[in-house]
Amino acid sequence: MATYVVPRPNLTWKEKMYLPAIVAGMMITIKHLKRMLMGETKVVMQYPEEKWDSHMPEHYRGAPTLVTDDHGRERCVACQLCEFICPPRAITIIPEEIPTESKFAKVEKRPKEFEIDMIRCIYCGLCEEVCPEQAIFLRKDYAITGTTRAEMKHDKAKLYELGGVMDGLVHKWNPKK
Amino acid sequence: MDYFLSSDLWFALLKTCFLIFAVVLPMVSYTVYAERRVSALIQDRLGPNRTGFPLSLIPGVKNDWSPILGGLGQPVADAVKFLLKEDFVPAHVNKFYFWIAPALSMMPALVTLAAIPFGSTIMGVPMVVANINVGLLFMFAISSVSVYGIVIAGWSSNSKYPFLGGIRSSSQMISYELGMGLSAVPVLLIAGSTSLPKIVDFQIHNGWLLMPYMNGHLGWAKTILWIPAVIAFVTFTISMFAETNRLPFDLPESETELVAGYHTEYSSMKFALFFLGEYTAMIAGCSLIVVLFLGGYHFPGIPNGAGEGGWLPFPHFAPGTFWHAFVNACWGLVNITVFFGKVAALLLVFIWVRWTLPRFRFDQLMKLGWLYLFEIALVNIFLTAGILAFTH
Repeated sequence: MATYVVPRPNLTWKEKMYLPAIVAGMMITIKHLKRMLMGETKVVMQYPEEKWDSHMPEHYRGAPTLVTDDHGRERCVACQLCEFICPPRAITIIPEEIPTESKFAKVEKRPKEFEIDMIRCIYCGLCEEVCPEQAIFLRKDYAITGTTRAEMKHDKAKLYELGGVMDGLVHKWNPKK
Repeated sequence: MDYFLSSDLWFALLKTCFLIFAVVLPMVSYTVYAERRVSALIQDRLGPNRTGFPLSLIPGVKNDWSPILGGLGQPVADAVKFLLKEDFVPAHVNKFYFWIAPALSMMPALVTLAAIPFGSTIMGVPMVVANINVGLLFMFAISSVSVYGIVIAGWSSNSKYPFLGGIRSSSQMISYELGMGLSAVPVLLIAGSTSLPKIVDFQIHNGWLLMPYMNGHLGWAKTILWIPAVIAFVTFTISMFAETNRLPFDLPESETELVAGYHTEYSSMKFALFFLGEYTAMIAGCSLIVVLFLGGYHFPGIPNGAGEGGWLPFPHFAPGTFWHAFVNACWGLVNITVFFGKVAALLLVFIWVRWTLPRFRFDQLMKLGWLYLFEIALVNIFLTAGILAFTH
């Protein structure tokens, strides 16, 4: 390997004195301060009042939610794949039969209870990826907070409330035309 | 017994209380606030801007904020936070010295303020707590005690980082005291006194040392004396940075290398005492710079507390009447405001420098202190003495 001898710069007496350089540096910092005071610099977002929400990209992975489709059917069929894939085991599902008199009786199963522990959730998106029914989606909610552990456990109602209705999904349970 | 009944003692107590509780401690807390805000603005951030008055957490009150003035309640919140924190004493420390160290770093800073003439007179009472004729020596003597607080804190913590911080601080402060003391000597030569009120008086009659034409008297001798005065000011200010452990010379703390230096093991109010002591020492140091080089409480046009000097138009009353005393007392208060205004401006410069310059390496620090500042200050004394000998 070739060796390079980097010559040390020969400083003039002005540079050796440091003081001009210090003054120059101080001029730079005071310029920043002045620009902030004049409101010319705009880099800070006042968080609770201003949020990123409108700039959020489509692929953002926020809180996992359950969705209903445009027929009002809850998409989840309680297959429990997400429960098994979930790396931190945040998801707990108790399935139940759909009563035969129901409009969606053909689907056979639905979750009786569907709980996601948001303290455990790592927002990896594997549940969304593994879901064969397009029922669970990571939406854009990122400020998931609570004052108790119980509050941080999203139950079925809360998950559907966060998820809402999703259009344009595949309707494989619809009767054939 | 006579001394305890004399008014001198009570005036001294009154002045001490006024100085410490009404001026210096609020100034300390707002210097901390200014430090945070100015650093934020320099780094293109906003800094603490939420804790306004009334404090934001009062229920029912709109949590309002303004980008510039919003954080004025922050010192109150900080104080409450310090009071509520757990005062943790690690098991491995030397308890006695661990407890005494924070007080040892706070007290000298407060005691040095005693010799500072922070105003002219109010109702004939001079605005200096202790009018002693060796004021400058007193300042140096007491402020060098504060190194004990840091060294004892570093040693008694019985852990490596604080120990390194304490060691660094002792060598640094001792090295820079030399340069600081020597760079103050030209001032003593020019003013002819070590009494701080007399140095201020000299500057009122002959122009501030740093701005000799502040009083309008012209003269070539004055212009030549300005050169050593500027050199003394620069060396003195640089030494003051090192003496108060401010960045570029904050090696005793140096967060990136030593966690927090000598106060790593401290928490709650004991840490707060170190913190406040550091800022009080800064205020004392800035006051000293103002007294020595920037004309103390004097400002062109403003008369002193006896109504003398100054050309600002103001109502004159016959001596002995109430309004005469009242107007003069008001001028005395204005003098105090001017003094602390100058101190505040210098504090802002201290903060500004802190957020501009990176930290020196330890060998650079020692080299600067012993090979440059010391020599420059020494030569400057002879320069001043020579000029004085030839012009008088």
